[in-house]
Amino acid sequence: MVICLGAITLVCSALLACVYSVTQEPIAAASEARTQKAIAEVTPPFDSLEDACTSDGTPYIIAKDKDGNAVAYVLNASSVGFGGKLSLMVGFKPDGTIVKTSVLSHSETPGLGAKCTDPAFSGQFDGFDTNTGVLSVRKDGGDVDAITASTITSRAYCKALQNATDAYRAIAASLVVEEPQDSLAVEISEESIEIKEGKDNE
Amino acid sequence: MSKFALVTKGFVKDNPTFSLMLGMCPTLATTTSAINGMSMGLATAFVLILSNMAISAIARFVPDKVRIPSYIVVIATFVTLLQFLMQAYVPDIYETLGLFIPLIVVNCIVLGRAEAFANKNSVLDSALDGLGIGLGFTLSLTAIGIVREILGAGSIFGCKFVPGDGVLVFVLAPGAFMVLAYLLVIFRKYIAKNE
Repeated sequence: MVICLGAITLVCSALLACVYSVTQEPIAAASEARTQKAIAEVTPPFDSLEDACTSDGTPYIIAKDKDGNAVAYVLNASSVGFGGKLSLMVGFKPDGTIVKTSVLSHSETPGLGAKCTDPAFSGQFDGFDTNTGVLSVRKDGGDVDAITASTITSRAYCKALQNATDAYRAIAASLVVEEPQDSLAVEISEESIEIKEGKDNE
Repeated sequence: MSKFALVTKGFVKDNPTFSLMLGMCPTLATTTSAINGMSMGLATAFVLILSNMAISAIARFVPDKVRIPSYIVVIATFVTLLQFLMQAYVPDIYETLGLFIPLIVVNCIVLGRAEAFANKNSVLDSALDGLGIGLGFTLSLTAIGIVREILGAGSIFGCKFVPGDGVLVFVLAPGAFMVLAYLLVIFRKYIAKNE
């Protein structure tokens, strides 16, 4: 009895291990292709991509044109929807408007919350100005039309976007602060060199 | 029973949805659209054929005491296998069906066929039985999906032919019960007439 059940589980796990090792690569490729497609979807035409990281370790991607100017910042955003994790990809223009949003993965109810991938819902975020618009559903006093009968999913979508917006603002702020800081640092070091030189002259 | 009859009995006489009334959970939950119903049916058919074959092959060696655990291990293996394959080659359908793919493990059709047919018939017969029941399940789910999609979304297989939203209730859970009930009436009426 034990031997029989043991043998069955052994054969089954061996079979699973085989199939896993065979499908591992296509699965990774499929998910990579989806990520690439999602990036292309949420950004305006770009020339190159650059991986970057915020000070607290959140990775993001900078899409640059051929002169090296940033045309969009791509962030991953997630929150918990009705059926589980809702994972989005969002592209921000440097002025803080959303280029487009794209759903990477979700476990929402088919026919209900799963409609968050429909352009009818996700389309309202295209060109959404995060500086003036409020990212929450109308029921909560925001500017987003919820999916009929799927308020939880709609809220989760908005929350994920709000998280992304907060992260983007932090990135934008750090970019603005960094530049003058760098030039300031150079000036200071030049001054100190002058002082040193002055002392030497004395 | 002829080999051909083994397959076709799953369509009407032993139709899992309308005749045996098995596997109601995925039937009600995944038939929000025709394509979802069909994918779910085909995924179940895949598991059903393979698990029927495997179980009919090992049934003689499995002691009665560990019969159910053994069958569940076999079924769970094929479901996980299906999950890997779908994730790798049809990621879009996998995303849509989501949770319901792993739930095939507890679909009573699969264990039901193992118990009622596969463990006392040959491998070939069990494969044909799995094919018949699986296709019967696929047909039923597609039929329910088509009706719900037409009424609820105004489209068939994603092709919109009526503008607007349709009667939303048919896409929601209550619609599943209603459509199932009415289709069941039509199906049983047709059976009664032919007998």
